[in-house]
Amino acid sequence: MKEYTKELNITVKVNGREYHESVPANMTLLQFLRNKLLLTGTKEGCGIGECGACTVVMNGKTVTSCLVLAAEADGAEIRTIEGEAKGEKLTALQESFIKYHGEQCGFCTPGMIMSAQNLLDRNPKPTREEIVEAISGNLCRCTGYEPIIKAIEAVAEKGNR
Amino acid sequence: MAEKISDDFNYVGKPVRKVDSLSLARGEARFTDDYDIQNEVYGVFLYSDIPHGRIREIDTAEALSIDGVIDIFHHGNTPNTLYTSAGQGYPEPSPYDTRLFDSVVRFVGDRVALVVAESEEVAREAAGKIKVNYEELPAVFDYERAEEPDSPRIHADGEFPKIPVAYLPEKNIAAKIDIGFGNIDEGFKEADFIVENTYRMQYASHCATEPHVARAYYDDRGRLTIVTATQVPFHARRIVSMVLGIPISSIRVIKPRIGGGFGGKQEVILEPYVALITVRTGRASRIKLSRKEVFVSSRTRHPMRVRLKTGVKKSGEITALEMDALMNNGAYGSHALTVLSNAGSKVLPLFNKIPSIRFRGETVYTNLPVGGAYRGYGATQGYFAFNQQIDIITRKLGLDIIEYCKKWHIREGETSKIFEALGEGKEGVSQVIKSCKLDECIDRGAAEIGWYEKRGKRRKLDNGWVTGVGMAIGMQGSGIPLIDMGSASIKMNEDGSFNLFIGATDLGTGSDTILAQIAAEVLQVPVDKMIVLSSDTDLTPFDVGAYASSTTYVSGSAVKKCAEKIRKDILEVASQMLGEEVSGLKVKEGTVVSGKTGESVSYSDICTYSLYQGGQHQIQAEASSVMPESPPPFIAQFAEVAVDVETGKVKPLRFVSAVDCGQAINPVLAEGQVEGAVVNGISYALTEEYRFDKKGRMVNPSFGNYKIFTAPDIPEIKTILVESYEETGPFGAKSVGEIAINGPAPAIANAIYDAVGVRLFETPFTPERVFKALKSREE
Repeated sequence: MKEYTKELNITVKVNGREYHESVPANMTLLQFLRNKLLLTGTKEGCGIGECGACTVVMNGKTVTSCLVLAAEADGAEIRTIEGEAKGEKLTALQESFIKYHGEQCGFCTPGMIMSAQNLLDRNPKPTREEIVEAISGNLCRCTGYEPIIKAIEAVAEKGNR
Repeated sequence: MAEKISDDFNYVGKPVRKVDSLSLARGEARFTDDYDIQNEVYGVFLYSDIPHGRIREIDTAEALSIDGVIDIFHHGNTPNTLYTSAGQGYPEPSPYDTRLFDSVVRFVGDRVALVVAESEEVAREAAGKIKVNYEELPAVFDYERAEEPDSPRIHADGEFPKIPVAYLPEKNIAAKIDIGFGNIDEGFKEADFIVENTYRMQYASHCATEPHVARAYYDDRGRLTIVTATQVPFHARRIVSMVLGIPISSIRVIKPRIGGGFGGKQEVILEPYVALITVRTGRASRIKLSRKEVFVSSRTRHPMRVRLKTGVKKSGEITALEMDALMNNGAYGSHALTVLSNAGSKVLPLFNKIPSIRFRGETVYTNLPVGGAYRGYGATQGYFAFNQQIDIITRKLGLDIIEYCKKWHIREGETSKIFEALGEGKEGVSQVIKSCKLDECIDRGAAEIGWYEKRGKRRKLDNGWVTGVGMAIGMQGSGIPLIDMGSASIKMNEDGSFNLFIGATDLGTGSDTILAQIAAEVLQVPVDKMIVLSSDTDLTPFDVGAYASSTTYVSGSAVKKCAEKIRKDILEVASQMLGEEVSGLKVKEGTVVSGKTGESVSYSDICTYSLYQGGQHQIQAEASSVMPESPPPFIAQFAEVAVDVETGKVKPLRFVSAVDCGQAINPVLAEGQVEGAVVNGISYALTEEYRFDKKGRMVNPSFGNYKIFTAPDIPEIKTILVESYEETGPFGAKSVGEIAINGPAPAIANAIYDAVGVRLFETPFTPERVFKALKSREE
């Protein structure tokens, strides 16, 4: 089969584990996570950075992983939804999403949690406005957002984690 | 059926956690695209880039020569069976006007070919190399002109209705309705004045966050398995079987977790194609639509023009009402008849004392994207007209709209002739309303929004914006009476747990959870004793699927009936074990208790006994439910908006919904249904629209250019579940999935009028449109 692009070797730390992989130069970080590492918690909703379903944390900042090349992540530290819970133990935010029914279909949930967790990590007691701002790039069509905001607020009130 | 209201329930009426919530929160729940299927090929569609034309020739030679391309399907090498992709029960009320591939293309975005390749990338490249030679045909984009004699005919190739209904493709008419009662002309004569207006609603995309995706493979027994993001697994199986000529027995359809539906995934648009690829190539296959493809080539909300003519007496009494609806179905007739009929059937019974009513409607074909099921399903369009008309009438008469609505709406013990006159492709089913708490919905909603303090006050905010409030009321249905069927089976395990198998389809709504709650209530065990398996045509019994607000009421009734059979069996086994008559026994917290001695046996002991010791059998049961009626939920919705008179910008400030959905099986999930629908409805009312160029090409098929509400956009939202109990429903439940999407547009339109005195007859209320209305009022 025709080769489209050359392969590059990258080293990426995902959820604390280091991966050495060869990836096509045009492979996105989202494809790398889903297809190479089989970390399918990160979702694709639009492929052009407009829905936030593929949000992951890269070097401490949220990115839409469909707009980042895997090659750009060389040397980076990535956090995805799969790395949030520690074994059986959910994060406070995950618990809160369940409790407040912040998830209906759950497709936006991983990206939503990554955006919100990143906010809480930087700012453990955010205001409602700061919460809304932090998830403004994450589309949800099921909940109307209010239960999601409540779930994040509940964690913020108690202090993070 | 002696169940009583709320407090006596242990598992119903409680905000139980969703049964899938843990796996969703961990990102472990698997959606269609998440399965690791080896050695899979990809399908990518080539779409028409002209709005109407006949294919003279498709040249695939160059595309086929690309390394990695396996095959290319088009009208010349695939079955040309006519069918409808509408995903409805059989026989479908939608016309059979669709082929896998046709020699005629009917809109920009119509399917021309399907490239199958080793990778998506190769398939996309190859699709670009297919050369199609078209004979271009004239196109019609304005649905209000589709029937004119000089408009081109869009379907003239043997398309036919599957059931005996009016279908006139020679006039571009995909469906037609004309019903009525009373004497409409006399009614208008008796009136003191006539109010007549025309209202229009636009195209919209469901915008489920998960794009449409389907996969197929042969399992180790050679059966064709389709994993798909569908609302209708059983209909999908039937349609794949029919279109490809594969026996139903060879097909298994599985719906895993699905990323929202809202009607958009009722349409069977990918399943026949992945099946075709796998049958032809022997390989596993996947088709996943891009967001752009979802916007253009999946399904949409049907645009509709509704003319409402009402004869009104000075007292406010409406003497006659005529509704005239014209619906744009785009290039194919999905849900042509039933969305149209719902604009009348879900709206007109609400004011049931109007003595003369006529409802006429037509659905037309155009060379534009295809309409389909969308939450609200025609009622959205009908209520947009109705609720503004009521606002107009009461303002004209100086009547209090709150009291007016309370005076004229349908009540418990009453009926409407519409129920009988208008069904799904045939006559409807008469019914008497058994539960209606609309008065309380109106009162509590009005109090919550602060109606009397705010209405007509035109409060000016610091930034100069002016505020106003508006209301809308409505009803929907709970499934399609005597058509929709749901079923369930349950078996018991020796640790006292139960497998609950349901055909019903959880789209994220939480139906797996509420159906488990219903079974748990009957059997008096915690919900986590219910192991739910749903939506797998090999393993679960039939269900029509998730549409028409049917799951809680119809499938829930089947689950309840099934669980009651299990309870009976459990009691009989316990009776043997305890040596006491069944009549003296009671189920309680996973045990059966003797009324005489107080002695008890656990479910675990009972099942173990039945499997290994006495009267050996598997405690199991199945049940089906078809409901003879469709009790409507009711709602009152209130919007408070601020309008910037300088720019025409509208900001929703508060939105209140008070709903009577019967007993909410899970109140938090019910609220979630209401709030999700409200935000979708507000977003539709204010920002969402399809824009087309002169060739009928959608120019804004992305979230960047088709604006749906994000977290910063939402107003303060309040939902009130009014206590109610529907005696025909499972533990008093009615539906709640769709109703709340109908009120936002008219409530906001009425609020804008309250704020600035301009009437908006067409959605969305963009700044441009509001500004123009403000300007024309000044002139």
